[in-house]
Amino acid sequence: MKVEKMVLASVTMKRDNVDGGSPIFICDTKEEMDKVAANLEAILDGISHALSDELYIIVKH
Amino acid sequence: MNEYTYPILFGVIIGVTIRLVMLRADYRQYPTYLHGKVIHISLGFIAASLGTIAVPAIMELEFTAVTFLTIAASQFREVRNMERNTLTELDAYELVPRGNTYIEGIAIAFEARNYLVIFTSLLATLSFLVWNIWVGIIISFVCFFIVRKFMSGKTLKDIVNIEYVQPHFEGAGLYVDNIYIMNIGLPQRQEEIGEYGMGFVLTPKNFNVRSTIANLGQRQAILHDISVSMGVFRDSGTPALVPLIKRDLDDGRIGVFVLPQERDKEKAIKIIGAVPVLENAIRMPSESKANKEEGGLK
Repeated sequence: MKVEKMVLASVTMKRDNVDGGSPIFICDTKEEMDKVAANLEAILDGISHALSDELYIIVKH
Repeated sequence: MNEYTYPILFGVIIGVTIRLVMLRADYRQYPTYLHGKVIHISLGFIAASLGTIAVPAIMELEFTAVTFLTIAASQFREVRNMERNTLTELDAYELVPRGNTYIEGIAIAFEARNYLVIFTSLLATLSFLVWNIWVGIIISFVCFFIVRKFMSGKTLKDIVNIEYVQPHFEGAGLYVDNIYIMNIGLPQRQEEIGEYGMGFVLTPKNFNVRSTIANLGQRQAILHDISVSMGVFRDSGTPALVPLIKRDLDDGRIGVFVLPQERDKEKAIKIIGAVPVLENAIRMPSESKANKEEGGLK
């Protein structure tokens, strides 16, 4: 089976909101989150999607 | 030199000329390379020869000679395969790919053009032999105009109304008009999109068009053509900056989101209008029996 879309990483300020298999990056501020997500986006060739203000996921399309 | 020399020469020249006319390197950028051109002109020459020689062969009562036209048919199917393979290989390295439907359309066109060359040469030689060279020239011109008129196909401006809409964000969601495109999380990306992004809404003019522009291959063709003509603000490894087209499920309009390097609304609308309607994307629901009996779709 070919996986078309996949969550590669989660970036969050609320540790309790995220669980599961993908790597989780916990940040203290929104700025830090943006920075980490931007780097991850570039490194992983994925897109940062905002699920809420405190939670980004990096998805490979 | 015999009685057939000039008619054959005439037919071949007409055939190759017709092929040259159809071989324009346009914005589709293929074939732009000298070698690509040489291949197509050579095949055009072969097609012209086959079409031409069929006529004297029949006049000499060599009816079996017609069977070599079948060889021609398989030969030109090969041309279609060659086109398809080359373009599919190259497509993987395009920033905005053409898509398979577009490629298939181009491949079919190349095959069909060779058959047109055969027919033109055949008619030209036949009329030269039956009447004289002047009738041959007139017939060739008629063929030329028929080829020009009927082989150019429709473009998008015939089937949709195009209007510019500035894309906007609602939270992380990117919208063109009320059509949702995608979710962009990073504020930095959102700024880039605000700066470079352009949105267009294509409204279908009738019911048949809805399914045509909904076709994923047709949509990819639109994105490819805009990106080729106006440049594209993206690089490998930036999937967030990918141009996209999404559909409004309620009324079949499509929202085109692109990131061109050159931001000229009028020009972009012209370019979208000139995108060919792909043969493989055309659907005619209004022609179905059920719809005809019910009395039309809105």
